Amino acid sequence: MPEEKKEIINSLKDTGFYKPGKIYDPGYIIAGIVIFIILAALPFLYNAGKAAKMPEPKLDTPEILQLSEAERVCVLPKQEMRENHMVLLNEWRDQVVREGNREYTGYTGKKYTVSLQNTCMECHSNYDEFCNECHRYTVQTPVCWNCHLQKPKEWAR
Amino acid sequence: MNFIHAYYFSLFAVVALLFIPYLGVRAGLEAFFGIIIPYLAFIAFLGGVINQILKWARTPVPYRVPTTCGQNKTLPWVKRTIRDKFENPESMLYVIGRMFMEIVFFRSLFRNMRMELRPWQKYPEGGKLIYWSNKWLWIGALAFHYSFLIILLRHLRLFMETSPSFVNLIESVDGFFILSTPTTYVSGIILLISAIYLLLRRMLDIKLRYISLASDYFPLFLILGIGITGILMRYFYRVDMVAVKELTLGLATFHPTIPDGIGAIFYIHLFLVSVLFAYFPFSKLMHMPGVFFSVTRNMAGNNRWVRHVNPWEYTPILFSYMEQEDLYRKQMKKAGIPLEKDIDLEE
Repeated sequence: MPEEKKEIINSLKDTGFYKPGKIYDPGYIIAGIVIFIILAALPFLYNAGKAAKMPEPKLDTPEILQLSEAERVCVLPKQEMRENHMVLLNEWRDQVVREGNREYTGYTGKKYTVSLQNTCMECHSNYDEFCNECHRYTVQTPVCWNCHLQKPKEWAR
Repeated sequence: MNFIHAYYFSLFAVVALLFIPYLGVRAGLEAFFGIIIPYLAFIAFLGGVINQILKWARTPVPYRVPTTCGQNKTLPWVKRTIRDKFENPESMLYVIGRMFMEIVFFRSLFRNMRMELRPWQKYPEGGKLIYWSNKWLWIGALAFHYSFLIILLRHLRLFMETSPSFVNLIESVDGFFILSTPTTYVSGIILLISAIYLLLRRMLDIKLRYISLASDYFPLFLILGIGITGILMRYFYRVDMVAVKELTLGLATFHPTIPDGIGAIFYIHLFLVSVLFAYFPFSKLMHMPGVFFSVTRNMAGNNRWVRHVNPWEYTPILFSYMEQEDLYRKQMKKAGIPLEKDIDLEE
């Protein structure tokens, strides 16, 4: 039986059609694989030769520099502000617009007036070097600034 | 494997996959789950897909087997509309058009017909056989695939330092409904709804449930898990986005770093995505490259004027009647079978 099988395979090879491992339509296949690799590796190709620059939100506004070291705290701890400042701003918006309540007690016990422009941006008066620094890095365009700030045109990304 | 086995196996597999990175991060293995696993998954994805494509490319398809449902090119007075030309393509140009409609609009799902026996009082049998065009699968699949694509493209902003303008455009359209401060992405909601629909469809239709396997449920649960962890991370258990981008951009620039202060939910999301990528080449998800290899769609129906030769065609090893008689003459004579060339047994 194996002899017969060998004979059949040999006669198959004689026909010139039977080629184990032959790739049919190599043009389409190679083009497809190249397109697939380019699409899959797009982020790697896009970043090739670029060094990622970390955002550095600046805390050196005159208002902050005036404060003593112990007073330089925000309404919530730093890590919590990093993760959840948008939630706080949402809560503040609801609190002011819907309830008319402009009082907020920070985590240190200090009382604050609830206002983006008059409280937050009193210390952080450097929108482009503070807020926008990270928003630009993470490609976020919060709608806060549509009303709360007159941006110079050149800040628009 | 019956429904209960397939369903619970997949569900528990995905739930177990949630716990692996959670416990890993608790044990301080951030570098393993944040750098090594994603890279390995990406290599498995790239290598696995290319390997499978080459395997498919080595398979000969000897004859033209397109499924046609239009008039083929024939005698000049037989009318053919543009529809016939796409349904029964005569050349590569129309094949490309047909494939385009298949890949971009899921045309074969659009044509899905359902045969049903409906109760019908007026008929003496009390029932009526009706055929109706069932578009639900088409709508569900379209919503699922396109929202997945948009979500995938939107994530490019995490892997590029300045995202290209088309990503920003997609993002602003997707985030049209500004319900809360991180704008609500419609694609995330549509992905979850359509994935749940596709899951319920398999679970509630008894015929579909019968043919559904663990390999059908697992990807759906996995994608649901990815969607749910992503939505939780964006709207509920927030993570430090600057740190996340530092990690993802580090992966994309081959300078991987593990910044402090990223919540475990991010590692769970990343791990599930890595599992999806690594699982991709070995699963039904290979229909993504596979759709280009679907022989009933990617061939021109040109049998009438092009000869196609089977690669396996060969000259058979023949054993003629005379050869057989030569071999078995004695036995045949003994059995009394008439012979072409007679012999005398006595000799």
